[in-house]
Amino acid sequence: MTNTKKATCHGSCSTPGVAGIWLDEHVLVEAAKKVRSAGFKKTEAISPFPIHGIDEALGISRSMIPWVTFIFGLLGFSFGLWFTWWTSSVDWPVRISGKPMWSIPAFVPIMFECTILFGALSSVGALLFLTRMPRLNPPIIDPDLTSHKFALFIPEDDVQFDGAKIEQLFKQLGAVEVKRVEF
Amino acid sequence: MMKRAPLIWGTKNYADITNDICELLEKVPGWKYFAGLLGAKTLFLVYILAQGVIVAYGMGMMGISHPVMWGTDIITFVFWIGIGHAGTLISAILYLFRQKWRTSIARTAEAMTVFAVMVAGTFPVLHVGRPWLAYWLLPYPNQRGPLWVNFRSPLLWDVFAVSTYATVSAVFWFIGMVPDLATIRDRATTVWRRRIYGALSLGWRGTARDWSHYEIVYMLLAGLSTPLVLSVHSIVSFDFAVSSLPGWHTTIFPPYFVAGAIFSGFGMVVTLMTMVRILVPKFKDYITLDHMEAMNKIIMATGLMVGYAYGSEFFIAWYSGSPYEGFVFMNRAFGPYWWAYWIMVSCNVFIPQLFWFKAARRSIPVMFVISIFVNIGMWFERFVIVVTSLHRDFLPSNWGMWHPTIWDLGAIAGSFGMFLFLFLIYIRVLPAISIAEVKPVLEVGREGGNHDKH
Repeated sequence: MTNTKKATCHGSCSTPGVAGIWLDEHVLVEAAKKVRSAGFKKTEAISPFPIHGIDEALGISRSMIPWVTFIFGLLGFSFGLWFTWWTSSVDWPVRISGKPMWSIPAFVPIMFECTILFGALSSVGALLFLTRMPRLNPPIIDPDLTSHKFALFIPEDDVQFDGAKIEQLFKQLGAVEVKRVEF
Repeated sequence: MMKRAPLIWGTKNYADITNDICELLEKVPGWKYFAGLLGAKTLFLVYILAQGVIVAYGMGMMGISHPVMWGTDIITFVFWIGIGHAGTLISAILYLFRQKWRTSIARTAEAMTVFAVMVAGTFPVLHVGRPWLAYWLLPYPNQRGPLWVNFRSPLLWDVFAVSTYATVSAVFWFIGMVPDLATIRDRATTVWRRRIYGALSLGWRGTARDWSHYEIVYMLLAGLSTPLVLSVHSIVSFDFAVSSLPGWHTTIFPPYFVAGAIFSGFGMVVTLMTMVRILVPKFKDYITLDHMEAMNKIIMATGLMVGYAYGSEFFIAWYSGSPYEGFVFMNRAFGPYWWAYWIMVSCNVFIPQLFWFKAARRSIPVMFVISIFVNIGMWFERFVIVVTSLHRDFLPSNWGMWHPTIWDLGAIAGSFGMFLFLFLIYIRVLPAISIAEVKPVLEVGREGGNHDKH
């Protein structure tokens, strides 16, 4: 099973490592803090819903997606401005209801809608890019991780990885189940 | 100290929530569901028949004739677009205001938005008379010059506003569903179910880094949808307000339309939620009486705003001293369409006042009946705006009446069939309550938290 998966993913989409499973998200956050202070850098927490405080516990910095939204929103606005100007007063100017060819107030709704559309679609595009979606066959540690269980996962390429020690650590921190998996 | 009421009723843990919400997708529902589906499908067929006849034989099959050239299509388009607005209000604006009670109704409200906009979108496309040429509304490089669209026209602003609204709402709805689709994927017992929901969930893994990006995008989409939803009905109102016809040419239209849209949309949310509570009794713990009461309060508040707008229009008609403006409003209330005006006022202003009483706000039969009245009243509001302004303008020789045909009625009634059909399919195949969003609010209002139970 390991070989076939590696072959289809060219060895880059999942890494072997150790996973521990918890039943309470508050215990998991405490465990994540201890794991981080033990020196692990690539720890992943997997949960069915966003957990309060997990970002701080794992040292995850704030997402940069708002910058994408801002830049593409500006691009959308500029596109709306440019496109209405070019079509209405350059490419085929038509005098309508005595308004100037470049009648900006009448073009505001178009510019506004382009801003929103570009901003929204680019944010979603950035989300898909950063979370590496869409993905047809993602590795799944435990099917209940999208329902009522919580997990920590340390990949084997993390600094000072030692499978046996990590299993021990996870158990000490309250994991109800510890297993070697690919994620 | 004031205690917060629990948002989710009963004693549940996370696994119970998953099971409760997924049950509808995994088990064959009862006869009530299929009876509803059969009724909705039949009505949808009426819609297809009516619009098919209109497309095949031409716009003459509808009642529109000089001087009322905007009839069913425009009235019903504005009606359905307005319905959609409450969905965005719940999913985006209440999210930005951190109103946690929205979590269990946001998904279905957003679905209502998407379907209402889909239904609404069919009307202007059919109203152009040759729907196979409707793509001419889009500014694409063409062989006619290229002759571009008229960016100074409110009707074109509408094309941009409605298509952007449809796109962003659908994306917001779908992105909100991705973690829940992954839940259904992980519960799947058959290969195909696993594959279909696996593909729909985009391979969601639910790592802390994924959630961090995801929550930011959710907030950004909420932040973008908020001005968007206000712009959409403002721009719909420009279709009227930018013309120079008495009764349409008023500056009050954008806020008046937005308030009316939210009012009618909440009416429809209450109608649908009472139906969902009957079809899926388990959801009564999630869509609780407290939720229904909160929505009824919003209906009453926005109903008062709409009532204020009706009064303000009359005041300005008198205060402006314009004889044409004054005539249009007297004609609305006491002319040949007096009955439509008073249906509108009764349904939108008088009847929702019952919600001053707590017993009425918390009674499912009462709120269901009132929400139906709100739906009727808001359809008539658009009827009054469109038809009574057009039917008697400046010259008495130009006056006339609008007589809807059976095809008009088929299109109006049938559009509800299309909407309900889409909605009933949706609650069967997609998670109707946000599984991932409900779990974090489980502990709200509970003594001593929820840790010891699992």
